[in-house]
Amino acid sequence: MRRGLAPAPFLAPGILFLIVFMAIPVGLLAFYTFFKRGRFGGIVFEFTFDNWVKLLEPLYLGVIMQSIGLALVVTLLALAIGYPMAYAIAGLSPKWRTVALVAIVLPFWTNFLIRTYAWILLLNNAGWVNQWLQGLGITDEPISMLYTPQAIVVGLLYMYLPLMVLPLYASLQQLDPALREAATNLGATPWRAFRTVTLPLSIPGALTGCIFVFVPAMSNFVIPELIGGGKTIMVGNLVRDQFFEARDWPFGATLALLLTILLVLVILVQTAVSRRLTEGPRRG
Amino acid sequence: MPTTRRIIAAAAGTIVLAFAATSCSTGGGGDEIDPSADITEQTLTVSIWADYSPEDLAEQFEEATGVKTTIVNHTTNEDIVAKLTASADPGIDVAFVSGQYAQALGEQGLLAELDKSLIPNEENLYPEATQLPYDEGNVYSEPYAWGTTGLCYRPDLTGYDPTSWNDLLDPKPELVGKTTMLSTDRWLSMPALKAQGASINTTDDAELEAAKAQLIETKPTLLAYDDTTFYSKLVSGEAAMVEAWDGWCNYGIAEDPSIKFVVPDEGADLWVDTMTVLESSENKEAAMAFINYILDPEVQTWVAENILYKVPNKAAMEALDPALIESYPTLGITVDELMEQEAIIDLGEDSLKYVDLNAEVLATN
Amino acid sequence: MAETTATTNPSTTAMRELEPAVRPRAVRKPRGILVPLWIGYVFLYLPILVVVIMSFNDSENLFVWRGFSLRWYPELFADEKIMQGLGNTLIVATGATAIATVLGTLLAYGIQHYTRGGLIRAFAIAPAILPDLLLGIGLLTFFSLLSITLGLHSVILAHAVFATAFVTAIVLARMANLDPSLEEASRDLGAGPVRTFTRVTLPQLAPGIVAGALLAFTLSIDEFVIAFFTTAPTQPTLPIVIYSMVRFGVTPEVNALATILLLVSIVTVIVAQRLTRLTGTTK
Repeated sequence: MRRGLAPAPFLAPGILFLIVFMAIPVGLLAFYTFFKRGRFGGIVFEFTFDNWVKLLEPLYLGVIMQSIGLALVVTLLALAIGYPMAYAIAGLSPKWRTVALVAIVLPFWTNFLIRTYAWILLLNNAGWVNQWLQGLGITDEPISMLYTPQAIVVGLLYMYLPLMVLPLYASLQQLDPALREAATNLGATPWRAFRTVTLPLSIPGALTGCIFVFVPAMSNFVIPELIGGGKTIMVGNLVRDQFFEARDWPFGATLALLLTILLVLVILVQTAVSRRLTEGPRRG
Repeated sequence: MPTTRRIIAAAAGTIVLAFAATSCSTGGGGDEIDPSADITEQTLTVSIWADYSPEDLAEQFEEATGVKTTIVNHTTNEDIVAKLTASADPGIDVAFVSGQYAQALGEQGLLAELDKSLIPNEENLYPEATQLPYDEGNVYSEPYAWGTTGLCYRPDLTGYDPTSWNDLLDPKPELVGKTTMLSTDRWLSMPALKAQGASINTTDDAELEAAKAQLIETKPTLLAYDDTTFYSKLVSGEAAMVEAWDGWCNYGIAEDPSIKFVVPDEGADLWVDTMTVLESSENKEAAMAFINYILDPEVQTWVAENILYKVPNKAAMEALDPALIESYPTLGITVDELMEQEAIIDLGEDSLKYVDLNAEVLATN
Repeated sequence: MAETTATTNPSTTAMRELEPAVRPRAVRKPRGILVPLWIGYVFLYLPILVVVIMSFNDSENLFVWRGFSLRWYPELFADEKIMQGLGNTLIVATGATAIATVLGTLLAYGIQHYTRGGLIRAFAIAPAILPDLLLGIGLLTFFSLLSITLGLHSVILAHAVFATAFVTAIVLARMANLDPSLEEASRDLGAGPVRTFTRVTLPQLAPGIVAGALLAFTLSIDEFVIAFFTTAPTQPTLPIVIYSMVRFGVTPEVNALATILLLVSIVTVIVAQRLTRLTGTTK
């Protein structure tokens, strides 16, 4: 048990801030899920469980499952691509490291909508890629690359890849190379050193990155609309439609809360796994 | 840890207090309308779709009346309505919304009743434009622009002139993958409903089921659902035929004059974009002066020429340059032809049926 | 810092001298490790290239190239709405990042040292996983019930909520692998808790804090949904301005904007690099 600073000055400001500006507003909406939609939107204060029951309808369950599936694919791809990238950056000299990191983040400083339209410009049936392919004689007919679930995956991957690379890098960067050297000195191949030393220690960063990607991927509604052509909808679209089109705030809040509960569970699991993995080696 | 527990206790207390406080809400202040008020002391904030009004409208109005005016943009009806419903004082005086939304807002008590003595220019409207079903007598709203929905297409890519909604719903083999439909609000279901002869305001479950079945069949033949860039797809050749609002089709025509527009034989809707004054506004007199200003024939002609939409202003339409109408035939659709279409009205509780229909069509793979 | 200790570690040097036959191999990076990195960059920057090229497109329509033109750039600067939106966005991002960095770092430290179990940690990171619609609408309802008028301040507060979560998460991730013995040593040598925190812990955390702040700023600049609900209609942020222009398709004007933003960011980063090098603070 540590002596020293009472935890209050550290925890209190942040926690109070989050209570006022997150817990209470969300609590309000959670409160609303037990009431009815007014005729033109708004809330009618008659208590009901209808909204939660409605969630179980195949239409909504189906969309939720599909969203989870798509988001999972995006997350795994982001991990597959992001890990080598983060690893490479962590291995660079400090000067180049900063450049590399900034280069990862820089695209975010242009607007996401503009970048999305750029992809559409590139990939649509009359777009640049197809024009080149046909111009070079490689294809006769345009290849349909947009307005499919695959296109949505690529679009989401593009948006959230940096969110995987950054935490991974942060985690990889301060791994003590002496540990790796020790493994190598003891005769391990670089691959084995990586597998037994680097990989496990980078798991907290990897898990954080996965969360950072999975969560927004699930609730994004712009990409399915623009790049998916509106033909594949995800939970984000459903929530948006319930709030805006149906003006059914109680049900929209219900959907959003369900999503949140799922994701909270995922985080708790991540915390437990992460703690166990990082405290394990040290004790041994 | 006692401190942590203390923090949690404080949190719980705060939450309870907050709920107690929120049980009493403060309503937005709306004052009685005073026709003799000096509007130069008021300021005006107008919310309208981007590029839907002449660029210097705010300056022109300020020059004419001395009222400091700011124009802000919203993207869709749903966005602005959500904001207006949620916040007690959105800081907006005049909101441009489509007719069925004006109806919804009006019935919720969020709109101010228009004082006609402040809007004498209303007499310039076509008589039909004062009897529209979503707001008969223009109690809460004045129409700004109107039109219908139909097929916007490139004859060189389609190879023929479509005449029916079925040309879109059940396209020829060579057009598969080259069509788009609107997916927003009621415009998704409208073609299917019209094709089967039903009303676009129907709440009959059987008719809605049949429409849904048709739309699900159509979905695999579509290139995409597109509410904003469908005319670009026509211009670039990605699409050959799209469901489009008539005014929008003009933007395509402006880039490619070979593009044509047709209202299918089965008929379509009549949509109206309206101007409304918010009950929470503290500048109602200036707001109504603004609406009056727009309804001035010269101003509304200028609007029509600028945004290439039809306006419900008789005097304005009659003053429109015939050359413009030749380039953009949709501007020449007559009021009688418009009145043959069905006006969209808000369906209250039953609008959920349409939302569910949309959700099911869009979610089916 | 850790790397330099390794290469000057006396035991390593000793080993090198004493046992050449069992000479420890330097940890060589696998060949071709940079390949995925380059592929990643191509992926990330391809649309950016398109954006830049199309900003010179002499056409109202973004999708069809009609010739080279510089006209969008002057039009951009004359466009009050965009300039205003840009200004608002910068104010919001700076404010939110400032709040988040302070709160987040404190929270991370507190969580790491003073909590067991995941509850408080989950609470602190929760905003990062809440659907933005939920947070946005919740805050709007909350503000309006308390009759708080909306403005840039409401967006700053709203953005600070999720920004704090990200800073906390990143600083925590870094903290998990920190060596506690340094702190203990400092404590044992008589430094008070505050001094230990500022002189020992903070510098160690610095890279994590900077990374967190960078991420927070980046996310805030491009954030649309929460901002949409919590701004006053007369003070939109840039994403909102652009979104409302989308109705008529994106004109090359916004591409010019994106290109300029890119240039400004690059210049800012270069300047910041030079400055940190001059003041002698290296990582």
